[in-house]
Amino acid sequence: MSTPIAGVGMTKFGEMADRTGRDLFAEAGETAIEDAGIDRGEIDALYLGNFMGELSERQGHMGPLMAKMLGLDVPATRVESACASGGMAVRQGIQAVRSGSADVVLVGGVERMHNMGTTGATGGLSVAADDLWEIKHGITFPGAYALMAKRYFETHGGDREDLAEVAVKNHANAANNPLAQYQTEITIEKVLDAFPVADPLGLFDASPITDGAAAAIIVSEEYAAEHDLDAPVSITGTGQGTDDLALQHRDSITWTPATADAAEEAYADAGIDADDVDFLEVHDCFTIAEVLALEGLGLYDEGEAITAAREGETTADGELPVNLSGGLKAKGHPVGATGLAQISEMTKLFRGDHVNSDAVGDAEVGLTHNAGGTVASAVVHVLEVEQ
Amino acid sequence: MSDEVRDDGYDDFMDALEEGEPYYVECANGHASLPPRRLCPECATDDLGEAPLAETGELLTYNVTHVPTPEFADDVPFVLGIAEFGDIRLTGQVRADSEDVEVGDTVSIGTDVSETDGERYIAFDLE
Repeated sequence: MSTPIAGVGMTKFGEMADRTGRDLFAEAGETAIEDAGIDRGEIDALYLGNFMGELSERQGHMGPLMAKMLGLDVPATRVESACASGGMAVRQGIQAVRSGSADVVLVGGVERMHNMGTTGATGGLSVAADDLWEIKHGITFPGAYALMAKRYFETHGGDREDLAEVAVKNHANAANNPLAQYQTEITIEKVLDAFPVADPLGLFDASPITDGAAAAIIVSEEYAAEHDLDAPVSITGTGQGTDDLALQHRDSITWTPATADAAEEAYADAGIDADDVDFLEVHDCFTIAEVLALEGLGLYDEGEAITAAREGETTADGELPVNLSGGLKAKGHPVGATGLAQISEMTKLFRGDHVNSDAVGDAEVGLTHNAGGTVASAVVHVLEVEQ
Repeated sequence: MSDEVRDDGYDDFMDALEEGEPYYVECANGHASLPPRRLCPECATDDLGEAPLAETGELLTYNVTHVPTPEFADDVPFVLGIAEFGDIRLTGQVRADSEDVEVGDTVSIGTDVSETDGERYIAFDLE
């Protein structure tokens, strides 16, 4: 069952410490409504992804707050699944449309982070880990992914330079993206010489602290047809996976079954195989995360994706472009908004109104992968374009 | 959240670890887990007991943390690792210079306290 994307919107991502979450979301939501060209009165429901509003601006209960910011008087629900909150909001919206309970749904995500400072944001993000068995003992998110990277090097090989290639690639993709936080290319040396946040991961292996919001209007096929909407891109598959919160409780420290489960469900839902995917936006909160995602999604065998960027397979002109938006790494990672930013950027890549659209001129199938924590939550969406 | 109030199960484990008698939760079907548990996370049986934790473990991975959470602001840098004690894996800080630590090292387990807020955490020592 296909769910057309009628419109998308996104704020610029970056450092905007003084902008409230509600203002960020209002901008993204309004942009999506305008892009869809529909009257706001047509919207039946809002699902909003947000991770840590309580910690960053003492604001919970964001569903109705954000609905009213857009002049909406509809059922409005916040969805929280750590860094996958945005993707999960999209999935909730799709399920509302598929069930027949809604024809037009606004799905969105927002996160305000810079007002917390670096240590505050590090503490805020850490609550996506297991409090009793990880946080109390000093884990951070860079630290958790560093544990995965170190184990990956030991088990499968590869080194920091291979990971640096991922960062260099994603910065190159963001260089001309006006909405990206970092519109600058970087070198391997710069990545390797950067401050070690949690060795073996340095500052340039990590996605930044980001303020921002993103949104999309999704509709039923019947609504799109009846209203003659210009909505060439549709979500044709959705899948979700779950795993232990704590890394220590997993069978493997370097294999993410939640990603594999979400992908398997999404591929079956869309009626495709992994081989059909032409390009992807994956959850590269750290360079190693892109490697683990490509393996979990079934696009590379376990232990093989570490060289993908170095070999040019996942660059903009490679066979399988990954994170043409710049990814979380360079576009930025406003946690609850990231899943929506992936949908927004991929829709524009397909439609031809993204700066990197030329890289995917004849692409038919795209995939978004949004993960929470050390992938205790994963949500995958398959997007396809009308040819 | 509040460190004034105990976390039942977890703090019982940490007390036992401090006293040198750490244990884990073992179900009737032999699955290992950590407290608090009402059901085995593997097979959902409620027939649970306690079994002694292995005295030494193998360090599976580690990092050197330089940017901490606020609770460890005065403790950085520190080495954080995951070690495997039989069927149980635990996350803790390795009390050693990072240059002396390698994946595969044998470690013993105990507790230490944060220099920042005095709260206890799991500590590993190289054997």
